[in-house]
Amino acid sequence: MEYLDKQFGVIELINGPVVKGSQMASFKVNEMVTVGERQLIGEVVSLEGDIATIQVYEETEGLKAGEKITATGSPLSLHLGPGMLGNMFDGIQRPLKKIEEISKVFIPEGIGLLSIDEDKEWEVKLAVQKGDVLKPGHVYATVQETLSILHKIMVPPYLKEGTVVEVKPDGKYKLKDVVAVIEGKDGQRSDLTLMQKWPVRRPRPSGKRVPIYKPLVTGQRVIDTFFPLAKGGTVGLPGGFGTGKTVTQHQLAKWSDADIIVYVGCGERGNEMTSVLEEFPALIDPRTNRPLMERTILIANTSNMPVAAREASIYTGITMAEYFRDMGYDVAIMADSTSRWAEALREISGRLEEMPAEEGFPAYLPSRLAQFYERAGCVETLGGEEASVTIIGAVSPPGGDFSEPVTENTKRFVSAFLALDKKLAYARHYPAINYLTSYSAYIAMLEEWYKENVAEDMLSLRSKMIRILQEEEKLNEIVQLVGEDVLPNDQLLILEIARTIKKAFLQQNALHKEDTYVSLEKQYKMLVVIWTLHESTLACVKLGIPISTIRKQSVFEEVIKMKYDVPNNRIELLDLLCEKITLSYDALRQKYQ
Amino acid sequence: MRKEYLKLEKVEGPLIVLSNIENVAYDEMVEIKIDENEMRKGKVIKIEKDKVVVQVFEGTAGISTHNARVKFLGEPLKLPLSKEILGRTFNGMGEPIDGAYQVISAHKYNINGRPINPVARKYPRNFISTGVSAIDALMTLIRGQKLPIFSGSGIAHNELAVQIVKQAKIEGANSDNFAVVFGAMGVRHDDASYFMRSFEAAGVLDHVVMYLNLADDPITERISTPRCALTAAEYLAFEHDMHVLVILTDMTSYSEALREISSSRGEVPSRKGYPGYLYSDLSTIYERAGMIEGKEGSITLIPILTMPNDDITHPIPDLTGFITEGQIVLNRELNQKGIYPPIAILPSLSRLMKDGIGEDYTRKDHADLASQIFSSYSKVQDLRSLAQIIGEDDLGDVDKLYLKFGRAFEEKFVAQSSFENRSMIETLNLGWKILSILPQSDLDRLKPEQIKKYYKGKKE
Repeated sequence: MEYLDKQFGVIELINGPVVKGSQMASFKVNEMVTVGERQLIGEVVSLEGDIATIQVYEETEGLKAGEKITATGSPLSLHLGPGMLGNMFDGIQRPLKKIEEISKVFIPEGIGLLSIDEDKEWEVKLAVQKGDVLKPGHVYATVQETLSILHKIMVPPYLKEGTVVEVKPDGKYKLKDVVAVIEGKDGQRSDLTLMQKWPVRRPRPSGKRVPIYKPLVTGQRVIDTFFPLAKGGTVGLPGGFGTGKTVTQHQLAKWSDADIIVYVGCGERGNEMTSVLEEFPALIDPRTNRPLMERTILIANTSNMPVAAREASIYTGITMAEYFRDMGYDVAIMADSTSRWAEALREISGRLEEMPAEEGFPAYLPSRLAQFYERAGCVETLGGEEASVTIIGAVSPPGGDFSEPVTENTKRFVSAFLALDKKLAYARHYPAINYLTSYSAYIAMLEEWYKENVAEDMLSLRSKMIRILQEEEKLNEIVQLVGEDVLPNDQLLILEIARTIKKAFLQQNALHKEDTYVSLEKQYKMLVVIWTLHESTLACVKLGIPISTIRKQSVFEEVIKMKYDVPNNRIELLDLLCEKITLSYDALRQKYQ
Repeated sequence: MRKEYLKLEKVEGPLIVLSNIENVAYDEMVEIKIDENEMRKGKVIKIEKDKVVVQVFEGTAGISTHNARVKFLGEPLKLPLSKEILGRTFNGMGEPIDGAYQVISAHKYNINGRPINPVARKYPRNFISTGVSAIDALMTLIRGQKLPIFSGSGIAHNELAVQIVKQAKIEGANSDNFAVVFGAMGVRHDDASYFMRSFEAAGVLDHVVMYLNLADDPITERISTPRCALTAAEYLAFEHDMHVLVILTDMTSYSEALREISSSRGEVPSRKGYPGYLYSDLSTIYERAGMIEGKEGSITLIPILTMPNDDITHPIPDLTGFITEGQIVLNRELNQKGIYPPIAILPSLSRLMKDGIGEDYTRKDHADLASQIFSSYSKVQDLRSLAQIIGEDDLGDVDKLYLKFGRAFEEKFVAQSSFENRSMIETLNLGWKILSILPQSDLDRLKPEQIKKYYKGKKE
């Protein structure tokens, strides 16, 4: 590495988180700097002549004109290595636990750059021998970071191919210990440690993209069955306040079948992050039987933390996600909420006195959103494995109005759109995902997978259910004008079945032990039960049996309550329920014939 | 001796601009002496080379470019705090206005505070019984929560706030160690004196600290009022282990003051002219509520805001709702029907309720009961619009029961007098009694054993 003379600039202007400095011609855009005597952390966002504009990641109170700005020589980068899982970081990867040790309850400014713990010793297994040829992305050591996740240490993408000339034995090492040395063809030697650095704003390289074909199974019925998500896909989750965005994001973080979850609390409530910290270690991953915290990384920039770090937090999250993807894992990143991130862009843009576009947002909002969502994908890694990053971005449209710029632009770049609906939330229909306006473009790509792994007719049952719900919506317009009583029996039946779909299937209780996570198999069987109910009752209606009589059969109630009554480990009870439905309505028909 | 500057370059709205200034820090306090007799305060809000923009708290009326002496104090606004503040009244900058002495303390507290580290927080779990049925049963207030009241002008939000202050009761040890911090931004004199009289009548005045910025006080002080109040609250809660209830009214006046200052600074406006940082700014107020691991005390925050034109999508209620943990929405129609408290149930919500109710806290059936009431009452609303078209007589029998349920719910459950203090159990039982108007088969959110135990209607 070339030796950089320390460079200094001088503060000229201070306006909230935006600082301008002079004599900074040798600084680079996106370079990290420290600002003022207390060495606040900042990043150069633009240069004009020798004047640099800097966004500061910490509170600027007390800063004076004339104080020094110091260059660090590198862009805002993360330390990537063991020690991230189960931890909570701020927007620029400073561990909040460590900050608490330094400063107790409140977060002060000027505590400097911290990152993952460099003093902790890890039990390392070396995976290479002298003479092995390593390319970027190849694994040379492993650390069992948590019982559920094996951390693979890879040759950083910025090194060239080389031959291993030195390798240490298995044993305990710290992050910056050299465990192997490779020599390139040009004879240049590079030390390999347990960590690498990567600038957050640059996507990590990977091999070619693999077409999407696997779902991200979430255990949430309305998602898995109606609007499935895909590994490597992008999802927008918009909803006004009180519609259950955060609960939905938490449910996805808990139950998605991704290997690693990166949860970015971007400009949200402090207590929500605390609840994740309290709740997740106690929750058990149904697939590995280990605490969910072992696969989770939390990034918290609560709404009262400095706004510039909020802008960075999204990039910090996605860079960590890509790093684990490069090991061959399926990673899902939840960003709650991207609107706060967009607003941070707007706030900083306003302070930079840039020309605003729609609703005061900067004109580059759509391109930033696109760049972010494009970092998702199912890829072949440099190491040759298949892996994915799925992005689930919550959007908080002001006033619940989906026509605002962030929602509109998000819609353009995501393929699944789960619209949270205020009216459903008011009726405590949770998850309040609107079953008529939401969509998932992954249905077609996942069809094969569902046929092979769940059931041949899963998706056709799904379409039938959706048709009933659409029909109900139309009938509801009539009902609102003239009441239900005037409808003929077959239409009344549609209303009843639609209600059953909503109550028994779409509504899912996140707080209920059996209902919080439901396997695909059980979801399918529940669909079959509802369809059986529809078929049997339709036959009764055709005979002229009044709806009230049909509705009174006790088996109807059983269907509505099956989500609570049938435990997840006894789903064969649903087959029995189907038989019972058929028998019960056969008997009813016989009485009328 | 600090330097004094005698010449202003510009006076505009609440701002003054000085040039040729050295060694000034961002957010630093400023003293301005006008015509050698009047003293005002301000703070630095922008530094550009040797030019400094200062926001004057008491307003710039009477200031010319030559009659003021400006002194920079070298530190941000700090409050001296001791337990002596209980029972006292201060202005929006923390100066006493009750005629008594200034509080003396060795340590001064920066009113801007610093964000609480999320890992240091303790998740709030214990409920506060307010004695108001609608709140206790359906949007339970939790100790350490921030739960705003969304109201409109002329609706009884002040009465409700006072009732909550009077009746709020917490369970467990240390429960008498409480304080109320009251911050008023731009409220009318009679509103402020209403609060003062009510606190006095309730006999809690010794536990109350007031920070008052009245409607005719300078708008710039409105910005510091809630920060002073919360700094005092943090001091009482986290250094003296007190349970502090903070009432801030009216957040709409606060936001308007912010907008006025922003526009006089010539900033790029975002929605409805409010500055782009309104969300970040509001959050630095609301997020100061909470509890901390290892400390006994708590800050429960009830901000009151009047929704302009009763519009819940207006930026102030909208952004507030995204930060706070739920909201209590008051409704003009109920208010006009004479229902007090006029709480609109459906849009109201307490996000922390789910972890603070149930078997260990209130009663096992609480969560399901609340969910059932929400769901049944939401059906009432649909039926009411239908009944308006086809007339109530043409509705089915069950639908008529729903309308009956709706009326009973509003008149007997939501409505109560401002002196009535219902216990949690009374409230839950009342909820069951009213739900019993509906047929048992329609109660699909309740478990059979709960229905067996509490349902009072015709059993099927």
